[in-house]
Amino acid sequence: MQGGRIMSQVKHKMPEQDAQVRRHNFNEVALGYDAETAKAEAARCLQCKHAPCRKGCPVEIDIPAFIQQVKDGDFVAANSIIRDYNNLPAVCGRVCPQEDQCEKLCIRGIKGEPVGIGRLERFVADFSLGGTCPLPPPPPEVKIGKVAVIGGGPASLTVAGDLARMGYQITLFEALHTAGGVLMYGIPEFRLPKDIVKCEIETLKYLGVEVVVNAVIGKTFTVDELMQEEGYDAVFIGTGAGLPHFMKMPGENLNGVYSANEFLTRVNLMKAYKFPETATPVQIGRNVAVVGGGNVAMDSARTALRLGAENVYIVYRRSRDEMPARAEEVEHAHEEGVIFQLLTNPVQVVGDENGWVKGLECVQMELGEPDASGRRRPMEKPDSNFVLDVETVVIAIGQGPNPLIQDTTPGMDTNKHGNIVADDDGKTTKEGVFAGGDIVTGAATVILAMGAGKKAAASIHAYVQHKKQG
Amino acid sequence: MYKIIKAEELSAGVQSFIVEAPLVARKCQAGQFIILRIDEAGERIPLTIADYDREKGTIQLIFQEVGDTTKQMGKLKTGDYLLDVAGPLGKATEVENFGTVVCIGGGIGVAPVYPIARAYKNAGNRVISIIGARNADLLIMEKEMRSVSDELFITTDDGSAGHKGLVVDPLKDMIAAGEKIARVMAIGPMVMMRGVAEVTRPHGIHTLVSLNPIMVDGTGMCGGCRCSVGGETKFACVDGPEFDGHQVDFNGLMSRARMYHTQERQCKGDGSCHK
Ligand SMILES: Cc1cc2nc3c(=O)[nH]c(=O)nc-3n(C[C@H](O)[C@H](O)[C@H](O)COP(=O)(O)OP(=O)(O)OC[C@H]3O[C@@H](n4cnc5c(N)ncnc54)[C@H](O)[C@@H]3O)c2cc1C
Ligand SMILES: Cc1cc2nc3c(=O)[nH]c(=O)nc-3n(C[C@H](O)[C@H](O)[C@H](O)COP(=O)(O)OP(=O)(O)OC[C@H]3O[C@@H](n4cnc5c(N)ncnc54)[C@H](O)[C@@H]3O)c2cc1C
Ligand code: SF4
Ligand code: SF4
Ligand code: FES
Repeated sequence: MQGGRIMSQVKHKMPEQDAQVRRHNFNEVALGYDAETAKAEAARCLQCKHAPCRKGCPVEIDIPAFIQQVKDGDFVAANSIIRDYNNLPAVCGRVCPQEDQCEKLCIRGIKGEPVGIGRLERFVADFSLGGTCPLPPPPPEVKIGKVAVIGGGPASLTVAGDLARMGYQITLFEALHTAGGVLMYGIPEFRLPKDIVKCEIETLKYLGVEVVVNAVIGKTFTVDELMQEEGYDAVFIGTGAGLPHFMKMPGENLNGVYSANEFLTRVNLMKAYKFPETATPVQIGRNVAVVGGGNVAMDSARTALRLGAENVYIVYRRSRDEMPARAEEVEHAHEEGVIFQLLTNPVQVVGDENGWVKGLECVQMELGEPDASGRRRPMEKPDSNFVLDVETVVIAIGQGPNPLIQDTTPGMDTNKHGNIVADDDGKTTKEGVFAGGDIVTGAATVILAMGAGKKAAASIHAYVQHKKQG
Repeated sequence: MYKIIKAEELSAGVQSFIVEAPLVARKCQAGQFIILRIDEAGERIPLTIADYDREKGTIQLIFQEVGDTTKQMGKLKTGDYLLDVAGPLGKATEVENFGTVVCIGGGIGVAPVYPIARAYKNAGNRVISIIGARNADLLIMEKEMRSVSDELFITTDDGSAGHKGLVVDPLKDMIAAGEKIARVMAIGPMVMMRGVAEVTRPHGIHTLVSLNPIMVDGTGMCGGCRCSVGGETKFACVDGPEFDGHQVDFNGLMSRARMYHTQERQCKGDGSCHK
């Protein structure tokens, strides 16, 4: 505890691009610590014996141990500690909701700010990458089984990586033309540079994982075909929460209304922000309304600004306190000039005579009694309707599970929302079929998807080896 | 990479590619489509699987050069490659022995109607086909359509081949003559499909149309392909592309097809929309 008193009560600031500059470009917003700042931040850690921070991390990284190495300047050792638990530290250091996880339980957070665990993790991961993509040691040559991994998001990347290192022959099937899942098509470049994700996929290929893109399971192959005809011992399904919800309000099919998925996919995956250098266009008005209050809504709003919109509104029916987005993202959006229309609910999209959006009719809300989730239920204020003049509307109210695989896989149970039913170890009700990530939990987080992937990999290993012996 | 085994011009601005895509050829059925990308900067565009050879692992694509991607594709030759081909996508056509079915293809729509007519024929139906184009030079796949049809009508706008008029004319005649039609399958320009649906509606003849809204992923992930059918929003890529023509909101679809007209004019198919 010595020196605790003179230590800073606040996290070392991470340099960022200036808000007025960054709102016009797609470069990364947060720039990361340098070595000196990282060491100084690491020195704020009290090396608590019981390390409460670890319990907040879904993969229980040995946080004090890696932070100690950072403090001592041995970044390579820090990296190998993190890598024992987390396959995607450069990703998690950037996008984990740390304030609700590891940092939430940090002792230093009781008085002042918690240790910047995520920032340190990011620093260590970036240092080890060194702007390049270092290759892992080669995997075992003798193969101990053959597993198909469906989907290319963080859950699947984790399963594929873990099993390949154990000596499995892995084929990863991805529906789009590139693996990465939401990390590639959803989270924008300015929060998560795509080179980081590409490096993870290169690493998998080096581990011998065969990545088959353009393969839509349920169509190209069914799960039964993979096991019965293609000879896979087990199948992992990590197809995410990819089905966009709409509000079912009038005018939603007008020109200028996007689901957040389409909007972000056009911009991130198809690089529409470079149009006409790239062939995929995106339509952006001077005024844009984004409906929703989560990370997806923040990403959409900040993307709209960067595409050149002048006024971007977040239309959310509750108040700022209830917003599910990460505090940091809300703050960033605010700094960049996104306008928050809180306690506001859209009722219809207003179109012009040619079928284009010209406004979003909204109604004002007030908060009533807390509902079952403990959040105060928003209620409409009578006669408070007004029209927001916008030419583009992005609907970011959530995503559900895509039914393609569930519909073509007899014997595998789903719940009432259409999510695949799986136990803690990722076992579904169909023998040899495992699942994890957003397809099981509903839209959640990168680290939870990876945690599910880790458990599933272990349980697939146990299953396949048991089957081979039996 | 997907190799173009054979590239061939069928008529002015209409091309046929035989493409090596074994995973698609393995399973595809009439009514399904693929999504392709020509190169790293390319757009994802959907094209119907006009034919396939499971043994050779190839599929046939027939496309009209209408804009940037299809014009650039028109420059590709036998032996060149497409970067991505994903599929088979969409629901397959429901095929049973219904009795007499009328298959209507307008313009490039003849290409997607052909495998469906063939599947109907193989299932024992009496297949009457009507194919149409603006003029004789633009008429495609007459021979193929003839080989799978019990009767074939041809219409052109200018009368340079077959009957001068629209594809709905022979259909109206048939209905007037009391032909018992179990179902109609119509694929072509939106106005044509709407026209067919209006002709059959008063007679209660089950009419299917294949919709072609703008798509991105083709897997139900983006919702860009949404259309209103019987008052409900459907995703054409996974719920379709075939829908009951009497239930489709064609006006909404036609409006959505214009969403990128301004941007499309910037891209001339000469590489101006590529690095
Ligand atoms: C815009 C946005 C911002 C977000 N921001 C954050 C954040 O800041 N922090 C955070 O922790 N989480 C964030 N999330 C949530 C997080 O990205 C997800 O929880 C996580 O990616 C889920 O991982 P997954 O592996 O389950 O699935 P996904 O990442 O969704 O990947 C699923 C993959 O499966 C593929 N697929 C689907 N169906 C098939 C099929 N039939 N055959 C083959 N492949 C198929 C898909 O194409 C996709 O590539 C965000 C999500 C979005 C959309
Ligand atoms: C399920 C389906 C099957 C199809 N099958 C065929 C076929 O067999 N043969 C054929 O010639 N055409 C087919 N089309 C239409 C074909 O996809 C478009 O002609 C093509 O995308 C035009 O792209 P472009 O870049 O050349 O032209 P652009 O200049 O970009 O567009 C011309 C017009 O094509 C439409 N279009 C543009 N981008 C897309 C897109 N990503 N998805 C769908 N439509 C778009 C728009 O209405 C646009 O106004 C099909 C479409 C669908 C949805
Ligand atoms: S993985 Fe996420 S929750 Fe775990 S320590 Fe890192 S930032 Fe915290
Ligand atoms: S709780 Fe905070 S101070 Fe304690 S070990 Fe963890 S990071 Fe360090
Ligand atoms: S094309 Fe994206 S949902 Fe149909």
